[in-house]
Amino acid sequence: MSALSSLFIRDLKLATRVGGGALMGVLFFLIVTTVMPFAIGPDLKLLSQLGPALLWVGALLATLLGLDRIFQMDQEDGTLDLLLLSDQPFELIVIVKCVAHWIATSLPLVLAAPILALFLNVEPLGIAAVTLTLLVGTPALTFIGAVGAALTVVLKRGGLLLSVLILPLTIPVIIFGVSAARGAVTDPAPFGTPFILLCAVSLSTMVIGPIAAAAALRGAQE
Amino acid sequence: MPSATGKFSFWDLANPTRFLSYSGKLLPWFIAATVITMTAGLYMAFFTAPPDYQQGETVRIMFIHVPSAWLAMMAYSIMTLSSIGRLVWKHPLADVSAKAAAPIGAIFTLCALITGSLWGKPMWGTWWVWDARLTSFLLLFIVYLGLVALWRTIEDPLKAGHAAAIMTLVGSVNIPIIKYSVVWWNTLHQPPGALRITGSSVDSSILIPLLTMAVAFSLLFLVLHAMAMRNEIKRRRIRTLHLSQAQTATGSVTSHTLSSAEQN
Repeated sequence: MSALSSLFIRDLKLATRVGGGALMGVLFFLIVTTVMPFAIGPDLKLLSQLGPALLWVGALLATLLGLDRIFQMDQEDGTLDLLLLSDQPFELIVIVKCVAHWIATSLPLVLAAPILALFLNVEPLGIAAVTLTLLVGTPALTFIGAVGAALTVVLKRGGLLLSVLILPLTIPVIIFGVSAARGAVTDPAPFGTPFILLCAVSLSTMVIGPIAAAAALRGAQE
Repeated sequence: MPSATGKFSFWDLANPTRFLSYSGKLLPWFIAATVITMTAGLYMAFFTAPPDYQQGETVRIMFIHVPSAWLAMMAYSIMTLSSIGRLVWKHPLADVSAKAAAPIGAIFTLCALITGSLWGKPMWGTWWVWDARLTSFLLLFIVYLGLVALWRTIEDPLKAGHAAAIMTLVGSVNIPIIKYSVVWWNTLHQPPGALRITGSSVDSSILIPLLTMAVAFSLLFLVLHAMAMRNEIKRRRIRTLHLSQAQTATGSVTSHTLSSAEQN
């Protein structure tokens, strides 16, 4: 297992050091959330109503922005070939890379969400709910995204195609994430049901994503 | 493997030349059957089927709309089966079939969306409603377009086939989840029961034209699919010919192009 843990540490270091661009996602998240009130208007009541949805869309876009980096650099310098040749199961390697990517790019989004929620006048309970749903839901985005990243890894400019392929698959995550976050603050709508469904979607993508991504990478390197 | 017993096997079609000859013989018959059923179906739909007592003449849109929607889903099932054939058995025609089905499925989905929208305008008063069915079809349409885009961006047809097969299978697992979540989302945001397309039972005066149209559309799909597969096989042959021609013609510069390719 030490091979996997050293891969994990390597990926984290590469993402956080110069040229890794891990924090670019948070910056993008900040900008998207700042642009929204300019488009909608400074009505605090409306903003607090739309807050959870705006934060989720911002987080989704910020995640999409960084997805192509999961495998791209390893493909360019040949690391991917070595990883394919290693004696560790390739699906596990993909999971490790995804988790490292999530910690480097999506965890900062989750941590930034409460602060950005203050800008949008979301009430305290709503802030907690949005942060919790993002914490549970963003892994699903990363794991689905890994499939798209693996499919487009051989392409020079795969980012746009990646988004087109991945966005329809992220609809359930958005639906359940926003519903749970909104359910926590508005009365008749439930929080528990969509939240549990969001957990289910996250867990199932954790299985499907790495298997499909590993198969795609094997096919691309043939 | 061509079977020794002389019985037809699915592997006989693995040989593209044999597929071309079989499909070439069968196609005219299928085209004739399509024309006949389509004519009969359209005649019944427009002249013999009674107008609905609530929706009036607009109910006739259903005879195009519903078969299109069925075919949109059938095309995806065929792509899923082809993708399994591609990944598990490496059947040589499986990815040709998957590639040929994708644009046809996209067009049928678009047909279902457009006719649904045309039907919605007089019935609901707007062109578009974020109804669960319409929304999930819109998403299916985007999935189709994504797959077509994937086919068109990866140059090597074998690699493109592999990538598209994986994406198709991931989609086939996810489409029911998407559909379920959209239904859940819709019932949460919008009072249900706003639109019931049909009553509890469908009268035979409507059902017979509808089934005829469904058969006609399925035949149309088969014809288009077979034609697209034949074109794709020929397109790949031309590509191979071009590649080998380029290789022999530019023999003197091969070493130069190879080294410059390596630099890239």
